[in-house]
Amino acid sequence: MEKLIITDVTLRDGSHGISHQLRASDIAKYCQAAESSGVPIVEVGHGNGLGASSALIGFSLISDEEMLIAARENLKKTKLGIHAIPGLATRKRDLQKALDIGVDSFRIASHCTEADTTKKHIEYVRKAGKEAVGVLMMSHMAEPIVLGEQAKLMVEYGATSILIMDSAGAYLPEDVSERIKVLFNETGVPVGFHAHNNLGMGIANNLSAIKAGATKLDGCARGLGAGAGNAQIEVLVPVLHKYGYETGINQIDLLDAADIADSNFAGNGPTISSLSLISGLNGVFSGFVKPVMAAAKEYGVDAKEIFIELGRRKVVAGQENLIIEVAQELLQRDSTL
Amino acid sequence: MNVAILGSGQIGTDLLIKLSKLAEFNVVLVAGRRADSAGLKVAAEMGIPTSTSGIDGVLALTKLDVLIDCTSAADHINHWNSVKDLNLHVLDMTPAKIGDVYIPNVLPIKEKSEQAYVNLNLVTCGGQSSSPLVFALSNILRIKRVEIASNIASLSAGPATRANIDEYIDTTEKVLAVVSGAPETKAILVLNPAVPPITMQTTIYIDFESAKDFVAQTIIDEINTSIRGMQGYVPGVRLLMRPVITSERITITLQVKGNGDYLPSYSGNLDIINAAAIHALYDLYRRDVEVNL
Repeated sequence: MEKLIITDVTLRDGSHGISHQLRASDIAKYCQAAESSGVPIVEVGHGNGLGASSALIGFSLISDEEMLIAARENLKKTKLGIHAIPGLATRKRDLQKALDIGVDSFRIASHCTEADTTKKHIEYVRKAGKEAVGVLMMSHMAEPIVLGEQAKLMVEYGATSILIMDSAGAYLPEDVSERIKVLFNETGVPVGFHAHNNLGMGIANNLSAIKAGATKLDGCARGLGAGAGNAQIEVLVPVLHKYGYETGINQIDLLDAADIADSNFAGNGPTISSLSLISGLNGVFSGFVKPVMAAAKEYGVDAKEIFIELGRRKVVAGQENLIIEVAQELLQRDSTL
Repeated sequence: MNVAILGSGQIGTDLLIKLSKLAEFNVVLVAGRRADSAGLKVAAEMGIPTSTSGIDGVLALTKLDVLIDCTSAADHINHWNSVKDLNLHVLDMTPAKIGDVYIPNVLPIKEKSEQAYVNLNLVTCGGQSSSPLVFALSNILRIKRVEIASNIASLSAGPATRANIDEYIDTTEKVLAVVSGAPETKAILVLNPAVPPITMQTTIYIDFESAKDFVAQTIIDEINTSIRGMQGYVPGVRLLMRPVITSERITITLQVKGNGDYLPSYSGNLDIINAAAIHALYDLYRRDVEVNL
């Protein structure tokens, strides 16, 4: 069977789970352990990637530069990856910095219908001789055929592979396989999938993705990640092995990496909280859980109601600014009842 | 004043409609490149002269006071080279940043003694929607950091905006630095494809140095005054939520609903730049024409 490429996004998507508070020492220790287990790519940064440390989404404890340097110094065989969303990250300020530090693998991401915002960024990375993965986020919000068209644009710009994210954790396995098949047929490049576990489908959706032709998957130690977290990498890898897939990862050594995450920064790891479930059911970005909880507390309104209203408004990643507005609106509505 | 519009896309066409309602201005040409462009058709139906030869059409004019360039940043640089020695004002609707930044009532046109003819840059929707508030608050607070996050409808972001998203961020951050005096500025742009389209909104986060005499009501008053000032040229600007004020941060969310002249009203991001351009034209009119009447 074809070898799968697993990207460990513990130090990027996992940042959402810990309010972007990774320390350089956490990154260094985790990178060493991940490399020892044979993980091919470790992705590092703020939960929303380069340039995303902000009042809007949350400030990182240390700068992007400090995070990437800490990782670079501790990764030799394992590639160092980043996530970048145009609108947050710019070529000159952010991508160039990452290139200078020696990042190997670049994911250039957009909301699933806005692929043309990634053109210049993908071209920039390709011109520097690096691999560029075109990422379509919140992919449940577009029909499979639209995802196919958007992915084709990214490939035209130079993307070397395509990855769709179930950013809200809204998919069932059949939704995933339908989309992966379309992407595979439409683009002719390797296709990847990034799961969230809001409906408890993290591992199942990954299996569905590879059966449909995906060859790139993501996972996080202890399932860390936005909302209910990602697929738990130390579970995903042995499950894949049991199915006969090769990952090149030593599944026992990977447990050491997970334990390091546990004892240094992962806390108790995410659970499928009531809010994460509501987020998945309403198709709202998983990363909204923490700011929604804060707004609900501040204004004394039901966090679940906030999520339902955000889902009704079809918000996309990066629209955290709507949370307080919605909370105030609910408060006003409640007080006029 | 005689005005030519270069670029027959949505921005240019909306400006044409706005200008057609104003007695002080006379649109003498709409110049585009494609004969089938919707903007040229609208102009022709209104009886306005059109040209499909772009800047060459503008250069053929004999009596022109103001050129409004609604093309792209890269094109504007070439256009500016063609017209900079002519006696005319240029309003640059692209993020080319050749000229002085113009924000109504905040960064006005410099005194005539310095420059007879001006190139004014209308910056970005994020810059136009946030600068008046940031400037007003910089007069009463020492601002440490400003961040703005704008949400716009996907349909309101044309190919130029999408291709120049980095330039948008860079230009917006620079103008925020000028109006706030803050050492750190950040601009974020998020496109939302929801149907029906979302109306443009901007959230402004202002981190300031806490002062002992800090009075939240003074800040609220300043915000309200500033919003009223903006409503003078963009009637559809309003606070979308009660500003959140802590001892260190002010969070303001405003909605910018456009006038719906040619562009749909949800695209307040485009409308606010055009409204600022009209404001600039009136400033030029008062400066150059009224004084001679």
